[in-house]
Amino acid sequence: MSKHPKALALISGGLDSLLASKVVQDQGVHVEGINFFTGFCVEGHTHAIRKQDRARPKRNNALWVADQLGIKLHIVDVVDEYKQVVFNPKYGYGAHLNPCLDCKIFMVRKAREWIEQRGFDFVITGEVVGQRPKSQRKHAMPLVQRDAGIDDRLLRPLSARNLPETLPERMGWVDRDKLHGFSGRSRKPQMALAALYGFEDYAQPAGGCCFLTDGNYTVKLTDLWKSRGGRRYELDDIMLLKVGRHIRPAPNFKLIVAREEGEVNFLSGYRRLFPSLKMVSHSGPLALLDGEPTAADIELAARIVGRYSQGRAAPLVELEYATTGGEKSRLRVAPMCADDMPKGWLL
Amino acid sequence: MTTHHRTIDCLRLLCPMPVIRVQEHVETMAAGDTLTAVCSDPGVLHDIPAWSRINGHQVVATETRDGEYLVTVRVGPGEV
Repeated sequence: MSKHPKALALISGGLDSLLASKVVQDQGVHVEGINFFTGFCVEGHTHAIRKQDRARPKRNNALWVADQLGIKLHIVDVVDEYKQVVFNPKYGYGAHLNPCLDCKIFMVRKAREWIEQRGFDFVITGEVVGQRPKSQRKHAMPLVQRDAGIDDRLLRPLSARNLPETLPERMGWVDRDKLHGFSGRSRKPQMALAALYGFEDYAQPAGGCCFLTDGNYTVKLTDLWKSRGGRRYELDDIMLLKVGRHIRPAPNFKLIVAREEGEVNFLSGYRRLFPSLKMVSHSGPLALLDGEPTAADIELAARIVGRYSQGRAAPLVELEYATTGGEKSRLRVAPMCADDMPKGWLL
Repeated sequence: MTTHHRTIDCLRLLCPMPVIRVQEHVETMAAGDTLTAVCSDPGVLHDIPAWSRINGHQVVATETRDGEYLVTVRVGPGEV
């Protein structure tokens, strides 16, 4: 081998990218990892917010994988650039708003740009032919290489023997015979390889790595776009969709009602960005108001918040309404009966 | 050798955003400089030390006060 090749691995935090990196690392290639933060990544946010979940240890799986491999990890904020992937996916959405194939192309293209700027030789992914219904079908794999502009500088070590030879194989940087030929949806080959390497505490797939594959989440995202008259969002918007009950009584406003103390604390951090309602007369949640509520809407919102408070059976409850500028006023309202709130309001 | 210290506000940011902010600042700092991230997500107590360890930096102090988590990183020597 005439040079010490360098590879960049896309690290999601799951088992496949861990194994793919290890397979190449074991062949003497210098490997570093990259992880892209889109804002939709399922990375313990609910866990970080909700107090009841904090007893369980939390970790960032991408960092854990890099730590296991002893490699550097570069975490890249792509929140703004990623919006075009969400808004206009060339290859469409999956079951919900998940643009999986376009997402893969985006990430491989970003990785390609990264290696070209830093003199690395090729990119590694943990893709397995036929494992995912949209982005990992066999005919989709050449599309990723073509559209990302990476061609044969993309190596998929877990499935390489099912795919055409790549640059690192031709150059002798990696030995094709030491790569794998996994295919299909079974996880058994990966689990066996993990056992061989002694990896035990790896992340278990549970509903995917992205909130855009979550039906409940995408209902709220679609509602957000509809209410704003177009497909747009900021990071705060998509974070807030992960928190609390979202209730839309009318097109011009919605409430985000905290469900427990951790969410109250988290939503409190947004009181300079959204008007808020807080229970005064009884224990109860904090709620943010998103949109342009009228005075009558604020009263209706107060009745809804009262319905989730300890005063739900009282004839009247008192709340404090605060504007984003910090001006405060009091409201006394009758809590809404549970049966009076149309089910369609709860997103 | 003169070293410098920075403090950055990561309040309200959820992981990995505080890690990304630390990373962005560290890239512009010199070996031996220190950076304190003031955070509200307790996940930083795991994530910033893990990021520092694998990237050759060192966490020299962590502090929890009034629901805020302060993590101080000393910038490592750079490319090995």
